[in-house]
Amino acid sequence: MTKRMVLRRGWVGPGWLLAIVGLVSLAALSMTVGKFDAGLSDLLGQIRALLSGAPADETVATVFWNIRLPRVLAGLAVGAALAAAGAIYQGLFRNPLVSPDILGVSAGASFGAVVGIFLSLPVGVIQFMSFAGGLIAVLSVYAVAAAIRNRDPILVLVLAGIAVGALVGAGISLIKILADPYDQLPAITYWLLGSLASVTSGDIVSILPALVIGIIPLFLLRWRMNVMTLGEEEARSLGIDTGRLRVVLVLAATLITAASVSITGIIGWIGLVIPHVARLLVGPDFVRLLPVSMALGAAYLLVADMLARSIALIEVPLGILTATVGAPFFLWLLASGRKGWQ
Amino acid sequence: MRLEIDRIAFGYGSRLVGQDISFTLEENEVLVLFGPNGVGKTTLFKSLLGLVPLRAGSIRLDGQPIGSWSGRERASRIAYVPQAHAALFPFTVEDLVLMGRAPHVGMFATPGRRDRDITAATLERLGIGHLAGRAYTEISGGERQIALIARALAQEPSILVMDEPTASLDYGHQMRVLDRVRELAGEGVSIVLSTHNPDHAFQVADRVALVFQSRLAALGLPEAVLTAEALKQLYDIDVVIGMLAGSNARLCAPRNKT
Repeated sequence: MTKRMVLRRGWVGPGWLLAIVGLVSLAALSMTVGKFDAGLSDLLGQIRALLSGAPADETVATVFWNIRLPRVLAGLAVGAALAAAGAIYQGLFRNPLVSPDILGVSAGASFGAVVGIFLSLPVGVIQFMSFAGGLIAVLSVYAVAAAIRNRDPILVLVLAGIAVGALVGAGISLIKILADPYDQLPAITYWLLGSLASVTSGDIVSILPALVIGIIPLFLLRWRMNVMTLGEEEARSLGIDTGRLRVVLVLAATLITAASVSITGIIGWIGLVIPHVARLLVGPDFVRLLPVSMALGAAYLLVADMLARSIALIEVPLGILTATVGAPFFLWLLASGRKGWQ
Repeated sequence: MRLEIDRIAFGYGSRLVGQDISFTLEENEVLVLFGPNGVGKTTLFKSLLGLVPLRAGSIRLDGQPIGSWSGRERASRIAYVPQAHAALFPFTVEDLVLMGRAPHVGMFATPGRRDRDITAATLERLGIGHLAGRAYTEISGGERQIALIARALAQEPSILVMDEPTASLDYGHQMRVLDRVRELAGEGVSIVLSTHNPDHAFQVADRVALVFQSRLAALGLPEAVLTAEALKQLYDIDVVIGMLAGSNARLCAPRNKT
């Protein structure tokens, strides 16, 4: 008993350290990958120049600080956000197949962005429309679900999410048909498959508030999240105000998903697969599961993005990579019957 | 501690599942609710737990109406032991029992040292300390039931509400769970539970409440309430009730068909 608790306490220290060292090295590695020939020694040179104030090669500086750094930071932030939202949603909806888009956030965000691209609006406006679309979709799902009483609230939410998602999906398809096939359609398709290629440091600054506002409540409420996985009635019998807590968690998870999607497009599979891997590593306790999911999600997206810009002559959309790695892995998880789900 | 249920009615939508039900639960008492399926025992429990609103009447704990209490206040006085179920996530038994501390842990906090100590002590008290590190999903149904009782005790309640605690357990675990119930009642906890087995009622009940057709049909000592006539009326089955040589337990068995 006491031995176990010592082990658990001991886990936290080296675990955090390992995660930070791992992520920093991955980020450094990621900084050195790309079309432009600028490797680790150039990066170290740039950092040295930055610290000493000595002049450095401006082209190389632009590649590192204006192109690759925003990309790396966006990869870390978006990967962590999608994985955190996925872990929360899977627990909240008590279903292993749930990903952050179950309540229509991705569909709504896609619709907003697709309309923006169709109307040839500026990038910033497209991002805002995407963000707003995601939030509106989830809020309308919630409103519909709240209007239906005397049924299992979780089931109603999921079904309302599917219906609203299908409706919005129809809208997206319509715009794809109407869009200019040489100019707008490729942009729409590319957006729907997700990419970090065009992320700027301004984008990161603009979504940072939403990410922070969303992640703080998830983090603070993560132990209560454990109780929520017991289901509506048991959680209430343990004194949890399930209705209110669910609203807060859903809104927070939606906020970070919508913010992420608004600058990168749809990147699938991270929110679905990463929480499973995290559960395999540290068990279902959200006190550890949430931070571990975030670290893994960040690492996974960084690696996927490195592949995206290095395996082919053109940029491979991230959605294709995360799916080709994620889907077989998910099937393996299923087939090997690993613990994590009953 | 004294729980007074005063002429309550409860139900879903326009349908009343139970009405005009009154009884009191005294300190250290085990009260067994007995009745056919679908007479509203579970709904009665839910109304005690504040999960289903009352349509009429009131529930008072030590003279205070619990209707105005917050979920957290209520959960620190009245704890629910659900039927042993298959949990979705493989929480360890220790983590599951720790969740019983929810009414005492701050909104944005994680459980502290004291909560872990209480959890450990509760596991030992119920004799499942050795299961602490095991996944709840991998232990037997009887062990799960005991773990759920431990979780309820970690809430430090004065009342335990147990919904058919012996359902779907093997004979050995049924007897062990009933023994626990009897022990706990001697340790300052009052218990209200439901069962479908008259023998179990005889084994643990101080009093039995017979629920029939949405109402309280009888309330009293087990041998006074659970009679052959009452069971005939409830289930239309002829039984004999008596003591078996070598046991001081009162038992119920079907009458020989002639």
